[in-house]
Formats: sequence, C-alpha cells, structure tokens
Amino acid sequence: MELLLLLMLLPPLVGATVNGLLGRRFSQAAVSLVGCGAAGLSMVFALLAAWTYSSSTGGPVPFIHSYFTWIEAGNLRVDYALYYDRLTLVMTATVTVVAFLIHLYSRGYMEREGGYYRFFSHLNLFLFMMLTLVTAASYPLMFVGWEGVGLCSYLLIGFYFRKKSASDAGKKAFIVTRIGDAGFTIGVALLFWTFGTLNFQDVFAGITPLHAGEMQGTLTAIGILFFLGAVGKSAQIPLYIWLPDAMEGPTPVSALIHAATMVTAGVYLVARSHPIYSHAPLALEVVAVIGCLTAFFAATIALTQNDLKRMLAYSTISQLGYMFIGCGVGAFAAGIFHLMTHAFFKSLLFLAAGSVMHALHGELDMRRMGGLRHKMKTTFLTFSIATLAISGLPGLSGFFSKDEILAGAYGGPLGRPWLYWLAASTAGLTAFYMFRGLFMTFFGSPRMDAETARHAHESGSKMTVPLLVLALFSIIAGDVSWPKAFGGTEEFDRYLDPVFKPSEEFLRASAHHAGPGLSSGALMMFSLLFVAAGILVAYWFYLKATDRPARMAERFSRLYTILIHKYYVDELYNWLVVRPLHAVSEKVLWRRVDAQVIDGFMVNGTGEVMAGAGNFLRRIQSGNLRSYASWILLGATVWLAYVLWPH
Amino acid sequence: MIPLSHVLTLSVILFVIGAAGFVFRTNIITVFMCIELMLNAVNLAFIGFSRHLGNLDGQLFVFFVIVVAAAEAAVGLAIIIALYRNRRSLNIEDLNSMKM
Amino acid sequence: MVVLFYICAALAVTAALSVVMQRTPVYSALSLIVVLCSLAAVYLLLGAEFIAMIQVIVYAGAIMVLFVFVIMLLNAGRESSSRRSRMARWLGAPLIAAFLLEVLLTIWRQFPAKSATPSAPLDAGPAAIGHLLFRNYVLPFEVTSILVLVAILGAVVLAKKEQE
Repeated sequence: MELLLLLMLLPPLVGATVNGLLGRRFSQAAVSLVGCGAAGLSMVFALLAAWTYSSSTGGPVPFIHSYFTWIEAGNLRVDYALYYDRLTLVMTATVTVVAFLIHLYSRGYMEREGGYYRFFSHLNLFLFMMLTLVTAASYPLMFVGWEGVGLCSYLLIGFYFRKKSASDAGKKAFIVTRIGDAGFTIGVALLFWTFGTLNFQDVFAGITPLHAGEMQGTLTAIGILFFLGAVGKSAQIPLYIWLPDAMEGPTPVSALIHAATMVTAGVYLVARSHPIYSHAPLALEVVAVIGCLTAFFAATIALTQNDLKRMLAYSTISQLGYMFIGCGVGAFAAGIFHLMTHAFFKSLLFLAAGSVMHALHGELDMRRMGGLRHKMKTTFLTFSIATLAISGLPGLSGFFSKDEILAGAYGGPLGRPWLYWLAASTAGLTAFYMFRGLFMTFFGSPRMDAETARHAHESGSKMTVPLLVLALFSIIAGDVSWPKAFGGTEEFDRYLDPVFKPSEEFLRASAHHAGPGLSSGALMMFSLLFVAAGILVAYWFYLKATDRPARMAERFSRLYTILIHKYYVDELYNWLVVRPLHAVSEKVLWRRVDAQVIDGFMVNGTGEVMAGAGNFLRRIQSGNLRSYASWILLGATVWLAYVLWPH
Repeated sequence: MIPLSHVLTLSVILFVIGAAGFVFRTNIITVFMCIELMLNAVNLAFIGFSRHLGNLDGQLFVFFVIVVAAAEAAVGLAIIIALYRNRRSLNIEDLNSMKM
Repeated sequence: MVVLFYICAALAVTAALSVVMQRTPVYSALSLIVVLCSLAAVYLLLGAEFIAMIQVIVYAGAIMVLFVFVIMLLNAGRESSSRRSRMARWLGAPLIAAFLLEVLLTIWRQFPAKSATPSAPLDAGPAAIGHLLFRNYVLPFEVTSILVLVAILGAVVLAKKEQE
C-alpha cells in the first residue's frame, strides 16, 4: 500500500522534471506522451490504491505510513508520512481522474500555443503538489502541497507571461492567497504550541473531550486561522478577487486548478481538520456564514457578466461557498460530496468553454456568440448536461450534492433556517445565470461576424472525448448517494462516516436545536422551485423577449452598474490597500530606507568610513624615520606612565 | 660606594640625550651615533646592576652588546654608503621610500 | 673615589650633549669618543675592568674609527636645517622630558639612595669573564661569532661598488 501511494505521487513529479528540463527538444507528441502518461499512471495507481485500501481487512481505519524523517528540531518532529482514509480516497480519485482527462484535453487545446512543454511540465507539477496536499499526514507536509499548488497556479495563470494582464493576474493570485497563507501558518504555529506535534494522528488524539472544553478558545482561534487560509485559497469573501482574474490563464488551467482541484484545497483543509472544528462551533459558524454570503454574493455578480469564463469563475466562487456551507453546518460529508460533483461538471463547463473559444478564435464575450448548437453538437450537448447538473436538476449529480448541503443548512447540527433560504435562492440565481450563458452562447442567431461564423466548427476528438467522459460523470456521480427523501440511504455520507461521524455526532449532541420545521422533502421542493423560476426567467429573457435584459438594465441601471462592476470591490481594495502600500513602498521604503539608509548609510557609509580611516591612519606610515622614532617614544612614555600611575 | 640610583640616573640621562638626538637630527650618520649613545647608556645600566647585585652576568651581557654593536655598526654604515650612492643625500627626510 | 665618578659622569653628559648638538658630524663623532672613554672610566670605578678595556679598544678604538672613516668618505659636511616631521617637532621635546621624568621616578622609587651596596667587589678580570663566557654562555658566544661573520659578509656586499 505504501508503495502504491508512492507510485501514485511519483509519475507527475518525474513528468514535470523531464518535460521541464528536456521538453524543449521534444516533439509535441513526446511532450504530451510524458505529460499525459504521467497523469494517467498517477490515476491508475490512485485507483489501485483505492481498491487495495477498500479490500483490506481491518475495516476502514486510516492507513498511515511514514517514509523518512523530514524535520527533527527540538520538540518538533515531522516525518514525510502519508495518510490514507476514505476522505483521501475520494479526493485522490477525483483529482487524478479529472486531471488525467484535462491533460488529454490539453493535447488538443494547446496544440497551436507556444510553450507546449512548459505547460505540461507545470501541469504535472501541479498534480504532484495537489496529491501531496491531500495525502499528507501532517500539517507541514500539507502546507508544502498547499504552497506548491499556489506556485503552479501562479506559473500557469501567468502562462502567457508576455501579456501584461496575464502576468498581473498571476501576481494578484499569488499575493492574495499569501494573505490567507499567513493565517494558515499562524494557525499551524498555534497548533504546535498547543499540542506539541503537527501530525494529524497525534493532534486529533489530543483533542479528548475532557480537555476540549478548556481548549475551546485556542481551537476556535486555530479554526478561524485555518479558515483564513481557506478563504484565500478557495476564493471566499474577502479574498476571492484573484479568481476572476485568473481566467487569463489557458482554459485547461481554469478547469483543473480553478474549478476542480486547487480551489477545493480550502474545503479539504476544513474537512480534514474536522476534529478541531467540531470542538469549536463558533469557527464553524464563521465558515458557514462566510460560505453562504460568498455564494450569494458571487452569484449576483455572475448574473451580469458577459465574459463566459468570468461568469464561470464567479460561479465557482459561489459553488465553493456551498461547500463551505456544508462543512460549516457540520455536514462535512455533504461538502465533500459537492466538491466531487462540482469537480466534474465545473471542469466540464470550462473545457466546453475552451472548445467554444477555440472555434471562435479566442472570442469570449457572450454577446458576440450565439447559434452554436448546430455547429458544435458535442460541445453543446456536454455543456448542456453540465448546466443542468450545476443548476441542480433532479437526476444529475449536482442535484444530489447540492440538496444534501441545503438539507444540512436547514437541519444539520449547526444549521439555521436563514442559511437554507439564502442558499436556496442562490440556487435559483445559479440556474438563471447558467442558463443565460447556455442560451447566449448556443441559441439564437449568430451575433459574431460572418467570417468567424463560417469558420466555427466542432473541436477535434482530442478535446471532445474528455468532454464526453466528464459529462458522463456529471450524470452518474450523484448516484452514489440517493437521498432519503427518495427512499435512498445516502451511501456517500455513510461511506465517509468512519471519517466524519464522531465529529458530526459530537456537534449534533452539543448543538441547540429548534423544532423540526420543514421536512427534507419540503426543503427539496422549495429549492426546486427556485431553480425552476431561474430557468424560466432565463428562458424568457434570452430566448423569448430578447430585448428584456436591456430594458431591465435600463430600469435598474444603478443596480446593474454596481453588479457589472462587481460591486467595485477591486476598486475598493485598490484604494484601500494597494495605493497606500504602493505609496509607502515608493516613498518610504524605497527612497528612504533602501536608497538612503541601506545604500547610502550602511553600504556606502561603511566603505567611506573604512576608506577615511585608512586615509587617516596611512599618514602614520610616512616613511619618515624620525616620526617613527617619536611614535615609539610616545608609546613607551604612555605605557610607562600607565604602569607608574598609583593604582 | 656609588649608589645604584646615581648610576642609573646617569644611564637614563645619556639614554634620553641619545633619544633626543635620534628624534631631532637629520643627518643619518649623526642619528646612528645617537643610537650608539643609547646602547652605551644601556651598557652602563647593566654594569651598574652587575656591581650592585654581585652578578658577573651583567658584564657578560655588556660584552655581547659591544660585539653586536660592532657588527651592527659595520652593516649599518655599509647600508648608509649604499644609500648615499643612490640618493646623493644624507638627509633622513630624503630616505622615505617606506612611505605608504 | 666617588668624586671621580661624578666628574666622569659630568664629562660624559657634556660630551653626549655635544654629540647631539654639533652641526658637523666629525665633531659629533669625536664627542662620542669622549663619551665612550669617560664611560670606560666609570666602568672601572664600578669594578668592570675587562669590560672597560674592551670598551676602549673595541668601541672607541674600532667602531668610532669606522664612523670617522665613513664620515670622511661621504664627505658629510655641515648639516642643513631642514623640515622636520610634524610629530617630532610638536611632540618631541615634551615627550623626551616626560620620558626622562618617568624613568627617573621609577629609579628613585625602586632604588633609594640610602640602600646599602655590596662591599666586596667582584673579580671581573679577563679570567673570570672568560670562565663565564666559555662555560655558561658558550652558545650565545658561538651564535655571536656567526653573527659577526654575517655582518662582515653583509658589509662587504652592501658597500661594494656596482659592477660596470
């Protein structure tokens, strides 16, 4: 088993190195062979490990294996150790499958772009880092993966580095997530200070119910600090601003990193640390509230976006909010479930968008699309399936996962009704903007110029095959957890019970609860109502009375302007943070500290002091014999005086 | 008998005179002679101590000093001659090649 | 007898001052000879007969002769008063005075004039010196002879005229 895990981790690392160092001389076929091969091998071994773990005797206990001692300093000992339980299984399976499909897709998508080898090298490296993150058995190792994916994200967002907007976006992503990372690091330090160890096993074992009471303050602090890291990495309020800009990267990057995997790292962190969170309900409340607010907030922005990829980016932010709602109300399994289904349909959405982009020679503005459903049948089909999934139509995966979260928001251990209502209305908004996107892109009459319209054609099989596979998953992935209302047993939840059950029960026991309220069937109905409303409005606005949107925009022009400028958040941050920082950097830190103090005073100053002292002292060496003699005499006299002085 | 302090006083006076000459004169041969004067002052001190401590070693040391002074004088004057050939001057101020 | 000491001392000091203050090197050399001889007298008074003779023969007789030869050879004339180093000019006199005072202070503190002097003078004749020299100090003796050899060679090499 330990070998399998290593075999799962190794190929992407090797692939990244080979492609990175030698890829320049390879043909495109060779590069993609190495890259996709590595991803494929990783997937095979991940699935093998999953199978081995599942069929092992001894029940679903976590498999932990330490390979070598990494850090040993004083009290701190961190091994390179991997932790494999059912949560890890779900994460590795999802990550490797989606990553492999996206690697295949990239073969076709990146064909005519420059830097082919660089792309696959970074993509492989990302896969390695992400897998490290989810299999780590201790927080430092997880942090290595955490930082690693951040690095790869920066590299890949700024892939077209000659374009200023792209490199700026890369910087923005890195710097904003850094703020979150600072929180994470402080949390880890606090953790070490409290528990004296940083392995999952030992930390979680140290939170015995007896001590938990006294530790609650510290645990809450740790929980909030970890969540700060998650806010950065998973783009929640207030650190979400980097994700829309990250769309400057190539579309496969958006699909893999900013939809399916890296952004889910925050959710994984919260889920993995559930023993901590279950004893710090206040922290969980923060998680849920921010998740819910972010979900709603991002959905409202997505309503007015005209750029296809940006709309999907805001949608991702919104869906991540859902996942945090799930974790925040104590329904960790629901959150992870949604993570899995979202990985499938969101990456599918991005890849389909990429297909459209390719066909229209890089056009991204939906106002200049339209009528593509005849020209790009496969893309249209898969995009539709994904849209239905994300909107939560019954029968598709998104329905099951979103519904579990909504149920948890209402009736979960820390659930509150208002969370449910806000989340449900967000579902309606989601349906609206997704169908808006669908209609604007594929229906209606073509709004692009005639030249492009003529050239638009379906993408090659290298790109469409992954689309189809992902569409399949988007449909069936939900079947692993048939909700109770339909008479099912929610197997996914049960599957992850060995991981989450103690926490969920603890929370349930310690939480205060109002009366039963609405039944889960009623909840489902209401959410479906919202979704249906969203779809209908979208249909009306964009297919029937297509002048409606413009008239709405005019009528609510103030609101519309705010929305289309994304609530002016970027401008606010710019004014509040960036410009003062810039001013300080330039006027104080650069001019004063760097140029004057360090360069002038310390560096040049030291030189000048030395030179001056040397110049001064040089005069003693005059070559004049008599002055030498005088100096000697002086020395002798002084010394003699010192000796003679009555002490 | 002659008190030791008187002997040493004479020695010191001679030494200081020699030092003064060393510092203030410019002709290099004169300077050299002042050095010899200083050496002699030291010799006197040795003899004085030898007399008053009843130890013959002091006088032996003076013997060695005289021998070494002779050797030193020979070599030193040879150097002065060589210098004079090069610089044409016996002024100590002109012999400042050791300047930094 | 003791009076003789003071006479010789005075003579030595006067001659020393003359060494330092004469303008012509030859006069300085001659004054130095006077110093040496008066010191030899003092040595005799202090019971160091052998050394006194050595002083006269070697020091005054050979070394000073060498000095005079070189002075004549180089035709060192009157000394011109020239610029002095700043250090020497400003600090020289006070420094000398201070040094003198310090050492005198040391001496008078250490050896008050009242202290008794040993009565029996040593036997400081050539035999005694010779015994000490060739028994206890034979190593320095040998080394010194090598030193003299080196000095001779050095002097010859240094003072040789350059080959044309």
